[in-house]
Amino acid sequence: MTVNSMSSKEIAKKVFNNEELFILDVRNETDFQDWKIEGHNFDYLNVPYFDLLDGVEEIMDKIPSNKEVLVVCAKEGSSIMIAEMLSDAGLTVSYLNGGMKEWSEYLEPVKVGSLKDGGEIYQFVRIGKGCLSYMVISNGEAAIIDSTRMTDVYLEFAESKGAKITHVFDTHLHADHISGGRVIAEKTNATYFLPPKDATEVTFNYTPLEGGKNVMIGDTSINIHAIHSPGHTIGSTSFVVDEKFLLSGDILFIDSIGRPDLAGMAEDWVGDLRESLYKRYRELSEELIVLPAHFMIIDELNQDGSVSEKLGTLFSNNHGLNIDDENEFRKIVTENLPPQPNAYQEIRETNMGKITPNVEKQREMEIGPNRCAVR
Amino acid sequence: MDVVKVLDAKGLACPMPIVKTKKAINEINAGEILEVHTTDKGAKNDLTAWAKSGGHELLNYEEESDVFKFWIKKG
Repeated sequence: MTVNSMSSKEIAKKVFNNEELFILDVRNETDFQDWKIEGHNFDYLNVPYFDLLDGVEEIMDKIPSNKEVLVVCAKEGSSIMIAEMLSDAGLTVSYLNGGMKEWSEYLEPVKVGSLKDGGEIYQFVRIGKGCLSYMVISNGEAAIIDSTRMTDVYLEFAESKGAKITHVFDTHLHADHISGGRVIAEKTNATYFLPPKDATEVTFNYTPLEGGKNVMIGDTSINIHAIHSPGHTIGSTSFVVDEKFLLSGDILFIDSIGRPDLAGMAEDWVGDLRESLYKRYRELSEELIVLPAHFMIIDELNQDGSVSEKLGTLFSNNHGLNIDDENEFRKIVTENLPPQPNAYQEIRETNMGKITPNVEKQREMEIGPNRCAVR
Repeated sequence: MDVVKVLDAKGLACPMPIVKTKKAINEINAGEILEVHTTDKGAKNDLTAWAKSGGHELLNYEEESDVFKFWIKKG
């Protein structure tokens, strides 16, 4: 029997299409519990590869014969070994090319809307980690918002669209992933905008983006309007694009809201978070389509793989927007928070330019889910 | 510490550090100590979990200029 290699792109398709897949995850149990490949119709078996070195007989009857089987490990080496053992035992199986390392880095661009005069907005779904970044394209120019460190993906995508990257934004100083904003701005000579209140400690030059400011992309002037919406961080800024889309950063998600503690200021920022979600957002049109910087669970994906919802719908359905009592709100967003993202302090320092870890180290720092929300 | 065997697994990628460690531990007696050197970062969690599931004891762990050192007492 043969051992096939399956790419992250193929798996992303299976997630979007709700296809079935049986995943044999051979990482150790704590890693599997912490973070795995999520899909609506995926089934799992977690047996560490080191418990299978003497043979796979004991798990053969747990592997279905009527489903596609994928063996997964951290970097692919162990999954190839186990896939070969299963193959020798008569099964046809695949392994995840590049392992969870590649899965964590894979970005799928999904068009989420058309803008006026032929403009477009794309969402880059980092499906393995739940990070969402955006590209606004208008008349040969492009803006990128909350880019990941996989900068080539954006550069190549913009080129394929015949657009020059002119503006790069981060909605806030990220704590869960390393921003590619500075690198992209350096490579393209684009202007790199950061909210100044989040950038007090950064070691590089940037253009401060204050609330109320408008930026135009392309001659047809797609308008990006900044709204200061503190709470997740003190500088957190949301963008209204073309009066149609609300890029909410890490303040508001589809099924959850931003957590205020990742810069160590939960008690101080909870009031700001409340003000942003319950006052400033309330003043916006309910027709705006919310495009957040993360999703937490696979249920938040739309059928085409995108993550978006009308602001009005979130006002009625998102639990975090429906806590009338301020004390209860304070309690929910400051107590019993999920664990903080892996290496979040080092990630913040990297995004400030204070440390410059190599790529291997950056990968390691970003391992695991994003955990920027509180439900 | 009375180390009876030192395994050099430097430069090897997963799963080889564990495969070699398993082989090496089969060659020593219960109660004896194996010292493992590896440069694979994933080895720490995996060796810890492997030792536990195999009934061995991870006595000590050190990191020294990108080399990870483990001392495992055979169970």
